[in-house]
Amino acid sequence: MIETIQMYLQFPLVRYALIVGVLIALCSSLLGVTLVLKRFSFIGDGLSHVAFGAMAIAGILHLTNDMLFVMPATILCAVLLLRTGQHTKIKGDAAIAMISVGALAIGYLLLNLFTTSSNLSGDVCSTLFGSASILTLTQAEVWLCTILSVIVVIIFILFYNKIFAVTFDEDFARAAGTRVEAYNLLIAVVIAVIIVLAMNLVGSLLISALIIFPAMSAMRVFRSFRSVTICSAVLSVCCALTGILISIIAGTPVGSTIVAVDIGAFLVFCAISRVKRRSPGGG
Amino acid sequence: MALLTCENVALGYDSRVVLSGVSFEVNAGDYLCIVGENGSGKSTLMKTILGLQKPLDGVISFGDGLRQTEIGYLPQQTIVQKDFPATVREIVLSGCQARCGRRPFYSREEKRLATDNMERLNLSPIANRCYRELSGGQQQRVLLARALCATRKLLVLDEPVSGLDPRVTAEMYALIRRLNREDGITILMISHDIAAAIQEADHILHVGHELFFGTREAYLRSPSARRFLITEGGDAV
Repeated sequence: MIETIQMYLQFPLVRYALIVGVLIALCSSLLGVTLVLKRFSFIGDGLSHVAFGAMAIAGILHLTNDMLFVMPATILCAVLLLRTGQHTKIKGDAAIAMISVGALAIGYLLLNLFTTSSNLSGDVCSTLFGSASILTLTQAEVWLCTILSVIVVIIFILFYNKIFAVTFDEDFARAAGTRVEAYNLLIAVVIAVIIVLAMNLVGSLLISALIIFPAMSAMRVFRSFRSVTICSAVLSVCCALTGILISIIAGTPVGSTIVAVDIGAFLVFCAISRVKRRSPGGG
Repeated sequence: MALLTCENVALGYDSRVVLSGVSFEVNAGDYLCIVGENGSGKSTLMKTILGLQKPLDGVISFGDGLRQTEIGYLPQQTIVQKDFPATVREIVLSGCQARCGRRPFYSREEKRLATDNMERLNLSPIANRCYRELSGGQQQRVLLARALCATRKLLVLDEPVSGLDPRVTAEMYALIRRLNREDGITILMISHDIAAAIQEADHILHVGHELFFGTREAYLRSPSARRFLITEGGDAV
């Protein structure tokens, strides 16, 4: 089996896929802990549907690089969702449900009305559940993805302490003069960037899994914010690597294979936390 | 000059006035309790003092070199915190965020301050324990240590004993008293436990239909206290 892997690794496209997969998995896991704890996980879900709608529009407009349209549109929606969640009379979660389902419906409708493709349902399916597109990345796309990932990681490290403060206690942070709204906005924008990046890897319906599963797994076992964050990053990268390799060898869809590996890891971590709790001194 | 002065302040949400004409001042070393019925505007008043919302009218000013962001705040616990994976040390250190300002990382002095405050509240043995596994009293002490990292002068405590059992409640009050008497930290505490407020504080601010501000002794003689104590069934006096 190792020989098979070595054989595949000689193809640059496979190497690109692994690089991009690892970077995306790393980025998506970093903010997962914050998202889960801030009860923001549904924002990730909503935004991924928005990204699908934006992708549909970009497809109709025949943009050469659809990321240039999808990225700003998703970031804009992230900002809007955050604002509606805080200020308006429509409850935050209802607003998110409306926007995400709306984007999904309009996106599919537009695709049906204007498409030139002969295989519409195939296109839709690959946008929703990920496709082989990760194995057809151009060098430019790999660079774009790498640069954005590095920016996300740097932002996360620089603002780590502030993100912790804002996640743990918004009111205390605000009283201490920390600009909570600005950091919430930063978190939402970074999530939007991650989601658009991750669409290449797992498709828009499965992105939330990539964000939430590593964080939930790490939270089962580890007890400090720092160790949870590090564990979820390492776990996410390992699961993505395993998933991509399995999908290459077994010919399964990339996105759902990665998510399946993530689910497996979650179950293992649940079991570990059970054992730890039972043993004296653990917990 | 007083540490904190409120002059004829009106408070509320979206221009709906909850409370108006509030005037009082807090001097260094005072122990002020804010009491009143539920919904009388105690929490709104506290949020306005902390700068979490703006007063609809009137002026809140700070003296003695105290800045609004240098108030040590002990909020009520939120649901998010109940299941939060963070160690005691991480949480106490986050009290230094105002000192830290725009710097991305905490300095050595700030880390030492956090360690000192953990020692002060007897948290050192559990510094690396996870917050969500602690008892209610321990959790409150962690949040108090965090508040102490944020201030040298003024602590604002929002119902610090809610949800604690009687023994831990007594310990908490003793701890706050010690911080006030021995370390000279000014205390501003919200409470609906009027009996404890009269026992612990030296000044009382009663908010509601009738406003009262004055010393503990004056409050005990005031009609609003009598009425409140009778309706509350308080027999502590």
